[in-house]
Amino acid sequence: MALVNTIHGEMDDALLEKKEGSLDNETETTSWVEYWLNGELVHRSVHMELKRSVIGTPVAASLA
Amino acid sequence: MANTQAMCTSFKVDLFNAVHAFNATGVPAHTAATADTFKAALYVTTATVDATTTAYSATNEVSGTNYSAGGVTVTFGTAPTSSSTTAYITPSASIVYTNVTLSTAFNAVLIYNSTQSNKAVSVHTFGSQTITAGTFTLTMPTNDSTNALLRLA
Repeated sequence: MALVNTIHGEMDDALLEKKEGSLDNETETTSWVEYWLNGELVHRSVHMELKRSVIGTPVAASLA
Repeated sequence: MANTQAMCTSFKVDLFNAVHAFNATGVPAHTAATADTFKAALYVTTATVDATTTAYSATNEVSGTNYSAGGVTVTFGTAPTSSSTTAYITPSASIVYTNVTLSTAFNAVLIYNSTQSNKAVSVHTFGSQTITAGTFTLTMPTNDSTNALLRLA
C-alpha cells in the first residue's frame, strides 16, 4: 500500500486508477502521473527536464 | 598569430557576476561578496512574458493551493564559468513546487532577481501543464557550454 496525496487528502493508491504519460521533444522531456477516483482527477504531478537554453550573443562591433 | 575581434569570454562570465559597471545609473550595489537571490515564477498560458519582460509581475502569474506569489527560490550553487568562448550557468538544483494545485494551465517560468528589484533574467516555455494536489518539478539541463540554462555564446 502506498499513500497518495490527493485533493481529498492522503489516499491508498489501491483505491485509485493510475494513469501515466510522457513527452519528449526538442524543448523538454516530461513525464506525468495522474490518479483518478470515480472519474475525478484527484492527483496530478509533472516532472519536466528543460532542454532548451536561453542564449545571449554579445557582439564586439567593428570600429571600421 | 593574428588579432581577432571578439567579446572576451572572461567578460561574459563577468556579466553573470555583475563585475562591470559602465554607468552609475541603475547599477546594483554589490558591495559585499554575496550572491543575489533568484526566484522562479510560473505564468498561465494567456500571459505575455518574453524578451521584453523587465521584471517580475504578479499579472497572469499562476495561483492556487500552496503556491506563493513570486514562486520559489532558485539555487545557483555553482559559479558561472566558461568553455571555449561560451560563458554559462545553470541552477544547481531542480525547481520544485511541492503539493500545489494549479488548475489554470501554465506554460512558462520566469527567473528573476528578487534581490535587485525583481529584475527579469530569463523566460523558459514548455508544454501547457496543470497540477492537482501534486508536485511540479523542473529539472535543469546539464551545466555545460552546449546545454546550460543560461549561456552567453
